[in-house]
Amino acid sequence: MPTAVTRILLSLLLLLPLAAHAGDAQDFVAANPAKQASLLERWSAAPEAARLPLLEALQQGRVAADSAKTAFIETAGNYQAAEGEAQPLDTPKKLRLNNRLRGLIATAVASHQLLVDDPVLRLAAAQQLQKSAKPAQLQLLNAQVASETDDAVRDALTLALANLQLVDSDLAVRLAAVRLLGETGDPLARTRLETLLDPAVESDPTVRTAAETSLAQVKRKLLIGELLGQAFSGLSLGSILLLAALGLAITFGLLGVINMAHGEMLMLGAYSTYMVQVLFQRFAPEALALYPLVALPVAFFVTAAIGMALERTVIRHLYGRPLETLLATWGISLILIQLVRVIFGAQNVEVANPYWLSGGIQVLPNLVLPYNRIVIIGFALFVVVLTWLLLNKTRLGLNVRAVTQNRNMAACCGVPTGRVDMLAFGLGSGIAGLGGVALSQIGNVGPDLGQSYIIDSFLVVVLGGVGQLAGSVMAAFGLGIANKILEPQIGAVLGKILILALIILFIQKRPQGLFALKGRVID
Amino acid sequence: MTMPMNQTLLARASAKLGPQASIAVGLLVLAILVAMPLLHLLPADNALHVSAYSLTLVGKILCYCIVALALDLVWGYAGLLSLGHGLFFALGGYAMGMYLMREAAGDGLPAFMSFLAWTELPWYWYGTSNFLWALCLVVLAPGLLALVFGFFAFRSRIKGVYFSIMTQALTFAGMLLFFRNETGFGGNNGFTNFRTILGFDITSAHTRAVLFLATVVLLVASLYLGWRLARSKFGRVLTALRDAENRLMFCGYNPRGYKLFIWVLSAVLCGLAGALYVPQVGIINPSEMSPTNSIEAAVWVALGGRGTLIGPLLGAGLVNGMKSWFTVAFPEYWLFALGFLFIVVTLFLPKGVIGLLRKKGEQ
Repeated sequence: MPTAVTRILLSLLLLLPLAAHAGDAQDFVAANPAKQASLLERWSAAPEAARLPLLEALQQGRVAADSAKTAFIETAGNYQAAEGEAQPLDTPKKLRLNNRLRGLIATAVASHQLLVDDPVLRLAAAQQLQKSAKPAQLQLLNAQVASETDDAVRDALTLALANLQLVDSDLAVRLAAVRLLGETGDPLARTRLETLLDPAVESDPTVRTAAETSLAQVKRKLLIGELLGQAFSGLSLGSILLLAALGLAITFGLLGVINMAHGEMLMLGAYSTYMVQVLFQRFAPEALALYPLVALPVAFFVTAAIGMALERTVIRHLYGRPLETLLATWGISLILIQLVRVIFGAQNVEVANPYWLSGGIQVLPNLVLPYNRIVIIGFALFVVVLTWLLLNKTRLGLNVRAVTQNRNMAACCGVPTGRVDMLAFGLGSGIAGLGGVALSQIGNVGPDLGQSYIIDSFLVVVLGGVGQLAGSVMAAFGLGIANKILEPQIGAVLGKILILALIILFIQKRPQGLFALKGRVID
Repeated sequence: MTMPMNQTLLARASAKLGPQASIAVGLLVLAILVAMPLLHLLPADNALHVSAYSLTLVGKILCYCIVALALDLVWGYAGLLSLGHGLFFALGGYAMGMYLMREAAGDGLPAFMSFLAWTELPWYWYGTSNFLWALCLVVLAPGLLALVFGFFAFRSRIKGVYFSIMTQALTFAGMLLFFRNETGFGGNNGFTNFRTILGFDITSAHTRAVLFLATVVLLVASLYLGWRLARSKFGRVLTALRDAENRLMFCGYNPRGYKLFIWVLSAVLCGLAGALYVPQVGIINPSEMSPTNSIEAAVWVALGGRGTLIGPLLGAGLVNGMKSWFTVAFPEYWLFALGFLFIVVTLFLPKGVIGLLRKKGEQ
């Protein structure tokens, strides 16, 4: 008799999943969160290609249910039954998911994506599983590693498998998994290996020793990633400083005055970008992605025009009195800041990255290089080359260099110094405007934008000396990298103070900066 | 706001009447300044009573006058435009603030340290409960910083805009440092909620009057010091330094010591002004060190007239009087006004208001 009962029960059990299989979506919608979680775990362990659309819809929050608990999937406002041909009785309500479920859905989507044909998707799925694979998926992963054809995907899957094998009952499997983890530079591998060092977790001493070796390997790789990251953010900061300081160095070299309103030219450049973006949104939304390219010339000409106007009306009258010029340009900067505040409001305005500037390249597991920063480094170098060409290959550049070296002699030789001053001032301001476009892509755009860069860009000029582009380039990148290397060691503020102290000491040796023009003029 | 208005009128009158009248006008202003705290002691319903608000405002402006005078000593006489005098002012203020915080906290730790869960005072707070040591700090903190910075700056003959920028960077760095909670100076809230000074209630009329009188005394003393310096050989050398440093060196002078002396003196004066400012205003925080404040001090001096002793006082009074009026009447336009002031003064008033008055006097 007992066998008969068992047989009936077993057949019932076999029937159950079949009955359930009639509607995965239906099951999910009807279940409570705890049951939804176990459903998802079951699905992750045994993926079926047909279930992927449902899971993707869940991930995107498009699954809804009407009052009769029938599951629907929303597509652009239309509700379609997830299974069958049912019509909604009333407007279906979107399913609410908690964070735990969202995590499980991501895992489930990844394990289903292992079955798709596109190797790129499979690779992403395998990488997701490295983070979140569950012990129940061990068999699935084993099978996938065996059947996978793409090398990169197989490697990623092996790693995901190794994470699970760390608690395998077989010593040899554990040992192999530990060794494999040592090959990666994944921050997660570090924490996993660190827990293995505890005798309570891992009883076998050989595995613990292997874990120690692997941990050292992982840490070394992570350190490389960190250092590269610091070097990159240093380069990025340096390129921004360069864009901010280049124009300042030109005008300072030429006129011997520090333009305190230079930071505001950055700010105006950023606001020009904002205006261009607004105009694009209103009149040409389909070409919105191109707005930064259009903003470049706009910002250049706006700030150059303002700069030339300032030179004509104020700075021209203060020649030979550099300290007074400093105060007058400070006054101009106050007025410009307040003007922008009155026109655009004191709050930051929103400048959005176009799609081709958002995101980044994942170089190492702990190192992502954002596209916008890469583009800005390239852009800064492009501006330097352009400025170099302008200063060294054009008539205007020749005149600028002549006036920088000896104003009186240049005037005697017929250089129109007044015009040169005005154009050079426009050029310096325009370069700052270009810098403003770049800044708008990586930071906040507000009326005080320029103030935060002005002191640093002065230090670049002081350090680099005037009259030579090379000085500015070296000083900007040097300061940027020094800042970013000191920051994690002793904190941002102490780092800045240390750099200031170093600059003061450096000036003891080279009062004219890194690259000084040689001259014999004395007053 | 009676002070700046009086000052302008009086100065204008003095320019017309010649040196004897100037002395008379100066004495009159001094008499008013001495009378103000005494009138503050009168009962509030008396017609001649000076309110605590006006007394604090004028006291604050007097402190700024001392800063302006100190800045004028280095800029107007020695030709070194410092954009970092706010740092010395704030350091003096913080030194005094440390004493006041200890006084307010009694035997315990100052309140902000308890919030940070600190259990003992950092070493640099040692002895700050002693008023005399606090006074020493008021002089030593700005003085030593100025000495070290000046030593290196003048050794490599940094001057002109380079010097200005380095001083600005210095005060900026100081501001960042003091904004940190870990620095031990109350972070961005700074020091406030003072209760007593030397056991006297800090808000009582008598304490206010004494503090005000002390400010007047310091102002007069620094004015006298400046006057003696300007007339001495030392002052002559400074002026020569400003106008043609290289020629002075060819004449066999080493400008370093001269610059360093006047630079440190100026910093110490600023520190003293800050120390008197804090108990009167009742708060000190790192924003006093912001580059904006220091550069504003430069416009006081420029407006009044560089290289004169009265000019900076006049400028500080005028600008701050205007500021008090503007920020109440048209808060949005104050920055426009200040910006235009910077431009107008540099373009059209190279010798400041004093220069203008002198010209009128000569006509």
